[in-house]
Amino acid sequence: MVQLPVYLDNNATTPMDPRVLEAMLPYFLENFGNAASRNHPFGWKAEEAVDYAREQVAQLIGADPKEIIFTSGATEADNLAIKGVFEMYASKGNHIITCVTEHKAVLDTCKHIERQGGEVTYLPVNNEGLIDLKELEAAIRPTTILIAIMYANNEIGVIQPMKAISELARKHGILVFTDGVQAVGKIPVNVQQDGIDLMAFTAHKMYGPKGIGALYVRRKNPRVKVTAQMDGGGHERGMRSGTLNVPGIVGFGKACELARLEMDQDAARLSQLRDKLETALLQIEESYVNGCRASRLPHVSNISFKYVEGEGLMMGFNKNIALSSGSACTSASLEPSYVLKALGLGDDLAHSSLRFGLGRFTTEEQIDYTIKAVTDTVLKLREMSPLWEMFKEGIDMDKIEWAHH
Amino acid sequence: MAYSEKVIDHYSNPKNVGTLDKSKKNVGTGLVGAPECGDVMRLQIEVDEATGMITDAKFKTFGCGSAIASSSLATEWLKGKTVDQAVQIDNMDLVEELNLPPVKIHCSVLAEDAIKSAINDYRKKNGLEELVFEEKIH
Repeated sequence: MVQLPVYLDNNATTPMDPRVLEAMLPYFLENFGNAASRNHPFGWKAEEAVDYAREQVAQLIGADPKEIIFTSGATEADNLAIKGVFEMYASKGNHIITCVTEHKAVLDTCKHIERQGGEVTYLPVNNEGLIDLKELEAAIRPTTILIAIMYANNEIGVIQPMKAISELARKHGILVFTDGVQAVGKIPVNVQQDGIDLMAFTAHKMYGPKGIGALYVRRKNPRVKVTAQMDGGGHERGMRSGTLNVPGIVGFGKACELARLEMDQDAARLSQLRDKLETALLQIEESYVNGCRASRLPHVSNISFKYVEGEGLMMGFNKNIALSSGSACTSASLEPSYVLKALGLGDDLAHSSLRFGLGRFTTEEQIDYTIKAVTDTVLKLREMSPLWEMFKEGIDMDKIEWAHH
Repeated sequence: MAYSEKVIDHYSNPKNVGTLDKSKKNVGTGLVGAPECGDVMRLQIEVDEATGMITDAKFKTFGCGSAIASSSLATEWLKGKTVDQAVQIDNMDLVEELNLPPVKIHCSVLAEDAIKSAINDYRKKNGLEELVFEEKIH
């Protein structure tokens, strides 16, 4: 029996692992202390729990526990890294290099930096979603202080060559920040081997709770500092004030431990399921995978089904299958995914895309169910699509004068 | 955002999906929208030339559920109306009937455009002057 509904939006958020919840529960009622309370057992217990979790988190990414700064999530960590470096290293320069397919938390922070007098280069990506290292090197200026490139993309799952990027950065004495939200806990990420100086990641994308994330800040070779964006009690080595979210941190730690121990088996199982899904859906005429298949997260697939619109497509099964589309029919702008457009996809293909994000609790029966539901709906909607009819009649749609509105 | 029951019903059981012979003199075709905008509607009417009555209407739509529902409902309303009555169909009537939320009003505007465009195509084929409509904000 297939378990419904099927949740395939794990890039948006993951369900919590019950083992994570179990670890967190004592820190709501019995052990509710403030980790900064140094003079009684309530505080000691909380501090102990935070220390232990900090080790669990650090171990997952090959860091030292002292290099973990807890935040409210990855958006805050992205902000702290970029704004914090921009302010801390103002005397060295004001130029940041990033990429057009970054998450909005990075792009909008960079826009903020520009309004503050900073300069930002937004590198393009090729049609597979990868940046060009030569273009990266060419963009480096004497005033460049930071390269901010995401580890893996949230929409297409494409993994950027972090090691090559950091080698290049190191050669020029530039810091490397990566938004590791989608990659950490899913594929091996090691800040030493990858040469990363700062990295944002979050618990709720790896079966942990929402509202807790971290910024990794390198302490040695080089020692990196960021200017605090939140002032107060001087928590987290002064880089992020605010009473620590102890239950959240405990859950984050447990989630990291589970990810470290189970990553290999999860990734192997999910890539098999993902490939099964992808192979079956590519049997549908005029369907295309978006993003580099050779350098991609094991649990993600982004597919465009030409001549059907993504939101209309999802409506055919969204009672039973949760996923997301690059179409933006509900947004005020009606603009489709900027990530897919950056790959050079026409708006029509971007509007026709679905993102499948598998997770730890996805079953093979659910994938079989999804294959059938998506295939049936695509075929049904194509029978309803004027574009499909034109395509079948051999009409060149580029030559039609569409009434743009 | 949840869809209304009526939208779901039209989406699941669309009325009058199909194609009429556009080479016939009494068939008017309207093709509106653009693939880049995420919705394209083709709406066709077949008119009894003696009475001016719309005897058949068909649509095909590339778009979201609301766009499909708007065009499906439009074809239902068109059948049995005269061309002159059909001109009166307003997008807000579709919005009301389908309970479309504000972000989906453009779907109903598109359906109204498709109706008018089909009517004008019919008028042109039959030597009548094309009607001029006030542009609606999309």
